[in-house]
Formats: sequence, C-alpha cells, structure tokens
Amino acid sequence: MIFGRSQRGKPPVEPVTLKILVAGGFGVGKTTLVGAVSEIRPLRTEELLTEAGRPVDDVSGVEGKHTTTVAMDFGRITLREDLVLYLFGTPGQERFWFMWDELSEGALGAVVLADTRRLEDCFAAVDYFERRSIPFVVGVNCFEGAARYPAETVRQALDLDADVPLVMCDARDRESVKEVLIGVVQHAMTQAADRRRAVTT
Amino acid sequence: MSADGQGRNHWFDDEAGPVVRPYAMTRGRTTSAAQHRLDLIAVVVTEPHADDPEADVTLSPEHVDIVGLCRESPQSVAELAAELDLPVGVVRVLVGDLVDIELVHVNRPVPPAELPDENILRDVINGLRAL
Repeated sequence: MIFGRSQRGKPPVEPVTLKILVAGGFGVGKTTLVGAVSEIRPLRTEELLTEAGRPVDDVSGVEGKHTTTVAMDFGRITLREDLVLYLFGTPGQERFWFMWDELSEGALGAVVLADTRRLEDCFAAVDYFERRSIPFVVGVNCFEGAARYPAETVRQALDLDADVPLVMCDARDRESVKEVLIGVVQHAMTQAADRRRAVTT
Repeated sequence: MSADGQGRNHWFDDEAGPVVRPYAMTRGRTTSAAQHRLDLIAVVVTEPHADDPEADVTLSPEHVDIVGLCRESPQSVAELAAELDLPVGVVRVLVGDLVDIELVHVNRPVPPAELPDENILRDVINGLRAL
C-alpha cells in the first residue's frame, strides 16, 4: 500500500514531555515514590542487553548470548493536556549504570532517595549526578523504626554541596512526594539561572 | 487462544519466557536506519491517514498494535514498551519502521543539555502544586 505524503490535518494534542529520575539504593522506596504521585500504576519497561554489548549498548546478536533484562519502573503525571511529566526509577544495580546515561539525557533533574540506615547505598547516585551537573535533590525517606537524624548530619555524611537541597520525606505520601518533586524543578531553575549568569558574565 | 490474540489467559504463563524471541519481531534488527535513538519519553503520534494499518500486509501485528494505541492518544516510547510488553529496543525499531512509511511521526522531547523554557518549568511547579 502506498501512502501519500503525510498531511498535517488537525493533529491530536502532542504533549511536551519531561522526565525526572528517581535514584537510590535497592529497596529504598523508588517505586513507592513513583506510585505515590503517578496517575497510572507504575509501569515497567524492560531492555534486553548482552553482557558483551556493554557499554556501547549494541544488542546485535543478542539471541543466545548472555542476555540481561534491565527493568525500569516509571509513572506519569499529566499536568496539563499538553504537558506530561514522567518519573523513572533508575535500575538499582550498579552494573546497569550505563543505562543511566540514556535515562538522564534530557532529564529535568533527579531525586536521590536515601535511607539513613543504609546511607552508603546512595553515594554512587549522588556522585553520578554531581559529576554530570544534573540538578538533584536528596530525599531522606523516613522509614518507620529508623532513627531520625538532623538534616545537617545527613548532609555531612553525604558530603553534599551546600546548594544541593536535602529534604525529609515519606515516599508513600503523595503530598510529601509532590514537595520533593517541586524541589527538584525549583533547583533545576536555580541551577539553570546560575549557569546563564556564569555564561553572560 | 483468545480471538484478539492479546488475551491474557494463555495456557503458558510468564515464567515460560517469551514464546517469540523479542528481536524476531524486528527480523533481527536492533537499530533502525532512519532513526537515531528514540528517547523513552519521545511521543509517537499517528498521522491522520493512518486509519487502517491492518490493510498493509507488510506490517507485523506489533506494528499494527503500536498504530492502534497511538491513534487513541499519542504515547511515549516507554508507555508503548510497557503496554505491549516488549523491550524498549524492539519498540524503537518498530516505531522507526512506522516513521519510514509515514504512518506515525515522533515528537522529540527537549534536546539534551538544553533545559526547557523557564515558563514550562514554572508550569510544572504549578501543575504539581495543583495535583
């Protein structure tokens, strides 16, 4: 069948899409956080990869090789008909970090979710976003039964730069997660403004 | 087997793994000539004339599924992959095919390293507050 040249009639609304990444160690509550604000049950996408294909991500000859599945959970928030925000939980295992490069491309910013009982689990994520100048906010997920530490103590333990926001949050609570996400966008705006100033002066 | 071929009550379960190897659907292709990598949040939009993809015998059922889903409302690559239960890489190739034959076009997200307009960011904040 031969189709004519594409004719732009009255097109459906084509939304502007944005993404925020949610990173942190295994079991820290990334998918819970996504689920707390997503209008859809967190969906899962999978990517097949060969061990040999890393890190160039060329999956040719994938069949029969050692294939690995990397799963990413994501959610969606339709802010307006023409403005949609996606949240992506990053694959937790460090050996899938090359996937982050793709995920973080064009990302608005990130949330690094931390658990004070296993703070070291998020060191790598903090490091990753710092190196790439991706704006991020650290959200300390306040688990029941975990000791509470003052924000300043956590900040020092993570060796955070002074301008990186750190907030206490509850990944199950919609209002709390909303605040964290607003923090990410605000921080991204500040960082962009700083960068612009640095360029123009 | 269900009539629509999509039924969930197959005699096998997911533990058996995919019956068709995922990249068989792309005839072994892992990249699409015309497309550089589609972002997970790139939005696939059907062209107005893409109302009868079944009529094209060169299209696979998965191609037809993608057109069908996107006709209802534009879908991101990530959503298509989740909805069709296909690896993202497979969806990219299939969407690339559909772009080539002009059944769909792809609305790319904000280019990397370029933060979206400040007004958009403000809209995002307001939108989140209003949730």
